[in-house]
Parts: sequence; C-alpha cells; structure tokens
Amino acid sequence: MTATAVRGIGVPVKRKEDPRFIRGKGTYVDDIKLPGMLFMDIVRSPYAHARIKRIDVSKALAMPGVIDVITGEELAKANLAWMPTLMGDRQMVLPTDRVVYYAQEVAAVIATDRYTAADAVLAVEVEYEPLPPVLNPFEALKPDAPLVRPDREQKSNHIWHWEAGDKEKTDRVFQEAEVVVAQDLYIPRIHVASIETCGCVANYDPATDKLTIWMTSQAPHAHRTVFSLVTGIPEHKIRIISPDIGGGFGGKVPVYPGYVIATYATLKHKKPIKWIEDRSENLQADSFARDYHIHAELAATRDGKIRGLRVHVVADHGAFDAAANPSRFPAGLFSVCTGSYDMEAAHIQVDGVYTTKPPGGVAYRCSFRVTEAVHTIERMVDILADELGMDPAEIRFKNFIQPHQFPYKSPTGWEYDSGNYPAALQKALDMIGYQELRREQAERRARGELMGIGISTFTEIVGAGPSHTFDILGIKMFDSAEIRVHPTGAVIVRIGVQTQGQGHETTFAQIVAEELGIPVEYITVEHGDTDTAPYGLGTYASRSTPTAGAATAVAARKIREKARLIAAHLLEVSPDDLEWKDYAFRVKGAPDRYKTMQEIAFAAYTNFPLGLEPGLEAECYYDPPNLTFPFGAYVCVVDIDRGTGQVKIREFLAVDDCGTIINPMIVEGQIHGGLTMGMAPALFEEIVYDENGTMLTGTFMDYLLPTAVETPHWKTAKTVTPSPHHPLGAKGVGESPTIGAPPAIVNAVVDALSHLGVRHIDIPITPAKVYRILQEKGVAE
Amino acid sequence: MIPGPFRYRRVRSVDEAVALLSQLGTDAKVLSGGQSLIPMMKFRLAEPSYLIDINPIPGLDFIEERDGMLRLGALVRESTLERSSLVRQRYPILHDTAEVIADPLVRNLATVGGNLAHGDPANDHPATMLALRAQVVARGPNGERVIPIDDFFVDTFVTALQPDELLTEIRIPAPPPRSGGAYLKFERKVGDYAIAAAAVFLALDEARRITQAGIGLTNLAYKPLRAVDAERALLGQQPSEELFRHAAELAAQATDPVSDLRGPADYKRAVARTMTLRALRRALERAQANA
Amino acid sequence: METLPIQVTVNSRTYTAEVEPRLLLVHFLRDVLNLTGTHIGCDTTSCGACTVLWNGRPVKSCTVFAVQVDGGEILTVEGLERDGQLHPVQEGFWEEHGLQCGFCTPGMMMTAVALLNENPDPTEEEIRKAISGNLCRCTGYVNIVKAIQYAARKLREGATVHVGGA
Repeated sequence: MTATAVRGIGVPVKRKEDPRFIRGKGTYVDDIKLPGMLFMDIVRSPYAHARIKRIDVSKALAMPGVIDVITGEELAKANLAWMPTLMGDRQMVLPTDRVVYYAQEVAAVIATDRYTAADAVLAVEVEYEPLPPVLNPFEALKPDAPLVRPDREQKSNHIWHWEAGDKEKTDRVFQEAEVVVAQDLYIPRIHVASIETCGCVANYDPATDKLTIWMTSQAPHAHRTVFSLVTGIPEHKIRIISPDIGGGFGGKVPVYPGYVIATYATLKHKKPIKWIEDRSENLQADSFARDYHIHAELAATRDGKIRGLRVHVVADHGAFDAAANPSRFPAGLFSVCTGSYDMEAAHIQVDGVYTTKPPGGVAYRCSFRVTEAVHTIERMVDILADELGMDPAEIRFKNFIQPHQFPYKSPTGWEYDSGNYPAALQKALDMIGYQELRREQAERRARGELMGIGISTFTEIVGAGPSHTFDILGIKMFDSAEIRVHPTGAVIVRIGVQTQGQGHETTFAQIVAEELGIPVEYITVEHGDTDTAPYGLGTYASRSTPTAGAATAVAARKIREKARLIAAHLLEVSPDDLEWKDYAFRVKGAPDRYKTMQEIAFAAYTNFPLGLEPGLEAECYYDPPNLTFPFGAYVCVVDIDRGTGQVKIREFLAVDDCGTIINPMIVEGQIHGGLTMGMAPALFEEIVYDENGTMLTGTFMDYLLPTAVETPHWKTAKTVTPSPHHPLGAKGVGESPTIGAPPAIVNAVVDALSHLGVRHIDIPITPAKVYRILQEKGVAE
Repeated sequence: MIPGPFRYRRVRSVDEAVALLSQLGTDAKVLSGGQSLIPMMKFRLAEPSYLIDINPIPGLDFIEERDGMLRLGALVRESTLERSSLVRQRYPILHDTAEVIADPLVRNLATVGGNLAHGDPANDHPATMLALRAQVVARGPNGERVIPIDDFFVDTFVTALQPDELLTEIRIPAPPPRSGGAYLKFERKVGDYAIAAAAVFLALDEARRITQAGIGLTNLAYKPLRAVDAERALLGQQPSEELFRHAAELAAQATDPVSDLRGPADYKRAVARTMTLRALRRALERAQANA
Repeated sequence: METLPIQVTVNSRTYTAEVEPRLLLVHFLRDVLNLTGTHIGCDTTSCGACTVLWNGRPVKSCTVFAVQVDGGEILTVEGLERDGQLHPVQEGFWEEHGLQCGFCTPGMMMTAVALLNENPDPTEEEIRKAISGNLCRCTGYVNIVKAIQYAARKLREGATVHVGGA
C-alpha cells in the first residue's frame, strides 16, 4: 500500500461529508419530519425583569389546531420548572412567578403546524409587573442593587470569586517593578450566531418506552446524561441524535429550556414535537459569550522585560450561571492569560455576577475564555511597548518563552507542551515585510494618513482535558473512539465527539487510514448517535483532535497489535520478526514478504490463529495527559478613513502552529473561518441592551455578521511544532484564529493612532468610536 | 417568524389595482418587491388584511428616455436598474444608488417604486430622487397625477400617496450637458441602512458656474432630506474645494439624525458632511467628463 | 382561512398545491415539497440560506410568498445535479473546500450559479459582491471565492451543463 493510495495524515483529502451537503441532502434538525409531528413555539418575556401576575392561555387554547399551552406551573408539578446548569447553578425552564431577562421563555404552545403555533403565541396573555432591571455588573454588586436571584440562599448578586496564581509573589513583583502599566478592557457580550439556529425533535414512543431526541447538540452524550438526571428516565431509554449541525461554535453546548419543554411535551402527548428557534429567539435568549470587564496591570523592567501580570475581572453571567466550562473552572481557562511570555509571577481574580440578562458564557469558537485571556495579554504587551517606546515585535521577542524552556510551567500553573514562538513571529514578519511596512507607515504619517500594523503572538490552550483536573458534572473530560475492521478491510469508526462543520468524517478517517494502511475511502466515521457512538464529551474548545483524535490513533494501534499476531500466523513467522512499514506488516530483512491490513482483516474472520479472539475491533477511552498549546503569530495592517472613522484591513497574515496537521486543506479552512470570527467581534458584533434591558441587537439587521465584502482575503502560513504527548503530535486548530485575530486587529488600529497618544480602544472598533477619537485628537476630516 | 394571515389579490392592470385599493382602503397593502413589507409582516409590524400583488401588471418595468425625461416604471427591479447601460452611462448617480441598496439578492426583487413608496428615510432612492428633482406619477380613481418629489415625502413611512393611489412611474429630468451626479453611502456592512449617505447632482454652464445643484441625504432625519441651503450656496459659484467644504458643512447642518446603534447623532452629521463632500467631488468629476 | 391554487415548476417538475397566501416560498419548498436542501437562517432577509432561483434570478425564498411564484420556475439545490453529473459549482465547492457545516452552502451555491450565468469570468471582487447577500459563519469566504472561480474556469472550458431556470 502506498501513501498515495492510503491518503492518511498530511494529505488534503476532499471531505467525505461534502457529497451530501452540496446536493442539499444533509439532514439538519429542521429537516426531520415524523408522522403526527406537532410544533412548539415559545411565548417570551417583553421585560428584562418582572413579576408574572397572571398567564391566561384560554384564547390560545381555543384556536383551531392548538393542542396545548405549557406553563411553568405545570412543569413545576413534574419538578421540571428548574434544571441544573453545568456550573452547579440552576436555571428556569419556564418561570412560575418571575422573569429575569428579556425574551426569557414564559410558556410554550403546542400546535399542529408552525404557522398555527406562531399565531397562538400571540394569543397567550401574560400580565407582568415590571421590576427594575439589573444591567451593569458593577451596579449589581452594590448592596442596594435589586436581587436577580431571590431563590438563592446568598442574598446578593455576587456568584463566586475565583483566583489563580500567587498573590503575594505578584504583589511583591509589582512593588519592586520599575514600570507598571494598567488598563481597563471590556470584552463585550457577543453571540455565536451559527447560521442554523437551535432546535430539536423530541419523540417519545410508548411502544418501546424510548425517548429519542434529535437535537442541535455539540455534546450528545453529555446531554443524554443531563436529560436522564433531570427527567429521571434511565439513560438507556434515552437516545440523543445530533444530526448534521449547521455550525456550533459553543452555542450548541448548553441545554436550553426549549429542549426540555419539547421533551416534556412529547412525554405528555406521546407525539413527536418539533421546536425550531427563530433567529431573533436565538440571538435574544441563547447563551452569549464574553462579557468580561477586565482590569489588567503589567509590571516590567525599564528595558522591557515583563515581570508580572495582575488581573481582576468582573464577569457578567446574566441571570443564571449557565456557562459552559469544566466544572472546576468557573472562569474557564482564563488563567492562561500570561500568554506566550515568560514572567516571574501572575495573579488572576475573577468575580462572577448576576444581571437580568440571558445566561451563558459559552465559547464563541474559543476554548473556555482563552479569547479573553489572549486579548488581555496581547493588548497589555502593546501598551507596555508604547510606554517604553519599544517596537511591539521587539518587546515580544524579548519576552517570549524560549523553545528550550518547554515543557514550560506558567506562573498560573499550566504546563505548556511545546512551542517555538520566536520562529513563528520571525516568519510572519519576514513574510509580510514588517520593516518595509514600518517605513511606509512613517511616510504616510508624515502625509497625515493613518496606517497601523498590529501583531498578536498568542498561545492557545485546548484539548480539555486530563481527568485529574477536568470534568463536567463529575464526568471526566476524556474522549473515545471505537474502530471495527470488517472482513473485506472496510472500516467503521465511531467517535464520542460531534462535528459541526470541522470535517471529522474526513480527518478521523485519515487518522485510521494512516495507522492501519487502509485507503481512506474504505473508512466510514459515525458520530452523534448516543445509541451507537461510544461515550464522549463532545466537540468544543478545540478538543476533538487532542482527545478523540488521540483515542482514534490509540484504538487503531491496538488493532495493529492484534493484526501483528494474525500477520505472523499468516506469514508463519514470530510476531517479533515483523515490522510495520509502508502500511503493511513486513518480515524483517525480507520486506517483500508482507501482509496488508485488508489481508489481515479477512484472516481475522476466516483464518485466525488458535486461541486468538476472532474479529478486528478496538476501542479507546483516552484520558489526555495534558492539554495542548497551539500558538501563532498574526500581523494585521489597517488603514483608517479620517472622514468616517472606518477601519479597513488591508492585509492580514496568520502564521499558525497546531502541531501535526492531519488535513492541511481543512486546517486552512478552519483558520480562514476562525479569522473571520475573530474579526467579527473586533469590528462589528456586539450585543447591546437599552436601559430597560431590551436587547437592541436581536436580528441580523443589527447583530452584524460580516459578509464576503467586509472580510479580507486572509493569508495563512504555518510552522509545525508537534505536541510531545499527543499520539499524533496534533494540537487542534479551529479556534486559534478567533483568539489571535482580535488583538492583532485592535493592536493595528491603536498603532495607527498611537502617535496621537491613543493607547487602547475597546472592541468592537466601530467607525463611530474611531471617529470620536479622531475628533478628540483633532485629526478628523 | 411567520406573517399573519391575509387575503391575496393578484392584479393585472393598474386600473384593477386602483379599483381594489379604492374598495379595500387602508386594509390593503400593495405588494411590489416585498423586501421590506414581508419582513415587517413576519414581525407582525404590518398586518394587512389584503395584499394586492402588482407584480403581474405587464409593462410597469420600463426604463426609457423620452421627452427629456428618464422614465422608470414602478416595477423596475433594483438589479435591472443596476445593470441598465442607459442608466450607467447617462445617470450614473442612479447606478450608484441601485448598487448599494440592501444586498444583491434583495435587489433582484426590490423595486424602485417600492423603495420610494415605503417612505422610509433610510431607503436610498429618496435622496437621489430629491437631488435629481424627480417626479412621481400616481394613479388613483380620479386618474393620474404628477407629484414633485419635494412634495412626496411627508413623514416617516408616510408619503403623499393616497390609500387608493398606486405609484406607477418615476420621471427624472434628462441630464443637461456638463452635469453629473453621484451617490455615496457609508454603511456598517453590506445590507445595512446608511449611517449617512449623500446624493449630489451638479450642472455647470460654459463658464464653469454651477447652474443646478441637488443634494439629497439618506437616513439623517425623520424623512428623506434635501439640503436646500447647501444647494443655494453652490448655485452660481465656480466649483472649488473650499466651496464644496462649505456646502458639505451646510448639508450636515441641515440634518437631524437620531442616535442609535449606527452611532450618535453628531457622528452621523459628521459622516453626512464627509459623504456630501465626497459626492460633490465625484459629481464634479463626472460633470467635467460630461462636457 | 383562504387558500389558493398554485402551479409551480420546481427543478423541472410541475407541482400543483392549495396554499394559504401567507405560506412563505421557503416553507412551501421544505414542508410541502420536502425539498429540505433550502435552509432558513434568519427572519430579516439577511442571511441568504434560503436562496433559490426564481425564473433564473436568485432570491431569498423566505421573503417571497408561495402564491407569488404561481406559474413560475424555481430551481433549488436539489435541481443542480443532472443525470448524476454535479454542477460545476457543486464540484467547485467540494474541490476547494468551500463549505464546512454546509448550512449556508445551498443558498451560496444558488447565488454562484446565477452569477456565473451572467458573468462567466468574474473577478474576486465581483464574486465577493455577488455573494454579499449570503452569510457564512464557517469558511471566512476565501474558499467560497475559490470554489466559484473553479466553477467559472470549468464552465468556460465548456462543461456541458444546464444553467438557470429548469
């Protein structure tokens, strides 16, 4: 078997999932239709905070085609008015007495079709007594602030306090420091806005006593466990199927009230129930990302050596702490905010706060708050450079963790697996012509033009995670793969993670192809069905390749070990006389005597050695020894229009290092997409509330996803520094660019204005914001 | 999002449309391109009892120059306008306008007539038509009347059209020699309404004095705006950067924008000035090329 | 409730149906004809996931009533492949990795088909403008542009395909 035939690791294999998608034959949740299916639509709160005085469902119920209207009171009787969150809080499914955010679910209508259901929603009469909204987390912390969660024992809006690093040592470093810079940064609330909204089809079949839920889920197994715990239905009687998912980005990790109500409704009516969100519902009520109010300080020597980082964050969590983080990490992996830089000490504090806004704290294509972390350090390094009059590239080279320092123990306790930061940055600077750009900038400045160059040299932290530290509701964050090689050498692989566009059906097949020497077209990858796939924690936080990818490699290697025994039997040599070379077991010293995996597979069912179990299957539940730490160096060049404040990205180069690359075509595609989702919050996207707590950005008219016109032609390049602990050396890539791009863009815009004394601008950098600065500095046209 | 129920009537002539409108009154809405109306219906911001679909009316999609006028049928699609070589060559300001309305797919259905009849100050054609001194032709039960564009926009979403009248045609004076126009829109992204946009039309005499000046502004007041003072300042003058800056300043002063997600009012006013200035420059370039 | 008879040719097949006037074309295609390749991504005519060709022009089928297309011809993603032969645009999206989650893809491809009908050799800028009514959250558009350029090349080289209406 040749590499050309196998098309394993490193080959740009065309995606196996595409033939169905390009024909319009994908199966997304709204494509599922069952006989007798009913439709659910949701009545939502027009207030951010209100007491519910009365819900009158009579008019809605009287409408032809309306089957039922479900309220919180009814759910309370079934003990389902509340559900647990992943963070140990609880969340309303439907309210019994009060609403705590705008567009919160208030009641659910069940009707024979979606048009009738939509009409009936308008016929449900709810009487509210408005209460004062709590919108600013700093105000929320004041003793006289209205209480968002009177149901809790603790009578304040403070949720938790969390710390990492060494306070004493950090304070000492700051006391001694020659230079300290400080900055407030706000990373606003944003929304993943996958083009497919969320929804489900829940179907309880009394004949089999089985509950099947097709659901837009990035983590079907974990969701099944949650459903079982919430409803009391045993896990084997619940089947969750994630069909094709139209983008996830973290927004399909949480369990939303709609899923639970639909499930309740199917159990009650014994008919399939379909619930599909509108875009407005999706933007207004589904989990948000970010919303971090950050105060950061950096201590350094006068010649630019960073000594310490001190950060305090006030995190707005909305009305319930329903963030999607590993349980022991209420602030996710934010403490990786020392970034790519070697420093003596760091101390990080985060306070979680309730406000009358939707719950959330999901990723937005990010590994548990690492975007916030990278934004903080990458901005602070530039601010320090500005303070010291140093070039932003120079200060980075001066402070990088050096290649020989890996594995590197960070001041907040992380062990970075591998990296070569100077090489990545040097490559980026050379490719983009950094010195030439600086020269051009000086010329343009002399002419009064505003041009900026921004650098971001980020370190990601992905692949959660090792069982000693990482769990969700107690379930350790391993992941799994199961491989069956059939007699003809065709393979089925089942994995515990769930693709939402990342191309798992292709890349996981490539891993198996590489490990077993079986051509990729003979390998089918299945996932997303809890009845058939092995238990796994799902796809988010760039964890698929680091965890399930490793599991797949290890399972394949188990198969290979068994195959060695069969090959030895077939070749009549000792297993020790065989070596795995060029995708076959070959007799050492006589490489022409060999058996391919296809031949071995056939023998595994037809001619296996006595005493050996027939068949050729293996599974692996992989508990990663560490996280992986992809990194990159990005350079962004912007021009600013002095007449409008518009920022135009002229050029953007991303040099990424995600370790071993399984499919370069897919990796590049992930980077393009991630860069676009990095640019979006840097320049366009923000969730905005008015003073009543009404969301002003509840449609795509005002929540601004960039089109092909606003998006630049991204340029990409790579370095390859394999992970030493991952079986394939791979690290994961889907989120790096989302994390690295925003500070590169902000740094570029600030750089364009730095000669005017501008040191920081919060995202999104809208034209209006820039123009005001231009006016203040007297350079507006 | 599901529109509320309504009755649907398809009409095949203007007379049929007018008869139905007279009969149904304010219960009825005219369905033209539908690209603003249908989303409003989905949000139940519009709940007409009847939709009168005028799309099947033949012959309402003409683009022709006749008797010193460009005549646009009410059903001319924005995408047709955008692709018209007549428009591109003789009325580049209209081409400018058409190609920045909403997005290319919306423009395949959206109509010029609808863009005006909606009375939305955020729509793009109103400013251009104001700058061009267009006329709107409406047909009602008592026949046809021609409404000067200055009288057409009454209030936000309110035009001079009566409930029983149908907008059938837009007339634009053919450009004299040494004239040119331009529409410049600054938007947050494709598909958005303008933060500010300016339509400028200029004509020069042989001595290079400005003999006609039209400036219309988008999304900068409760209704589409004509910058009368700025126009007046230009008339009789020879174009210069200084003059244009002065006119742009006057145009900005004429605006009364509201603060919203697109930016605070003073910012919009500033962008109005920038757009006006840049549109003046471009209009002048075109006028000079058209000598 | 009023219903009206309509006759529509979708992907070369003629269908007759009685529909409520408010039935959106996208729901007619998806829920009545079971052509679920056309997707819904927003409420505001913003995302273009529902793009189909109506008499050859790409339109957002969430902003057209089914009654309006009476007597017309609709082409959806399901109608692109002919006799087992992928349309060059479909092929381009596959070859150039122009899709990830696949949700915006049908609408994006329909826009691309219409663009190439009109302009067989578009520049990158023209492509980007043409697809600016279609939102993609996964790809960052670079490979979508490449996919359309691939299809354009293929079409210019004389691939025999039907394009447009039916």
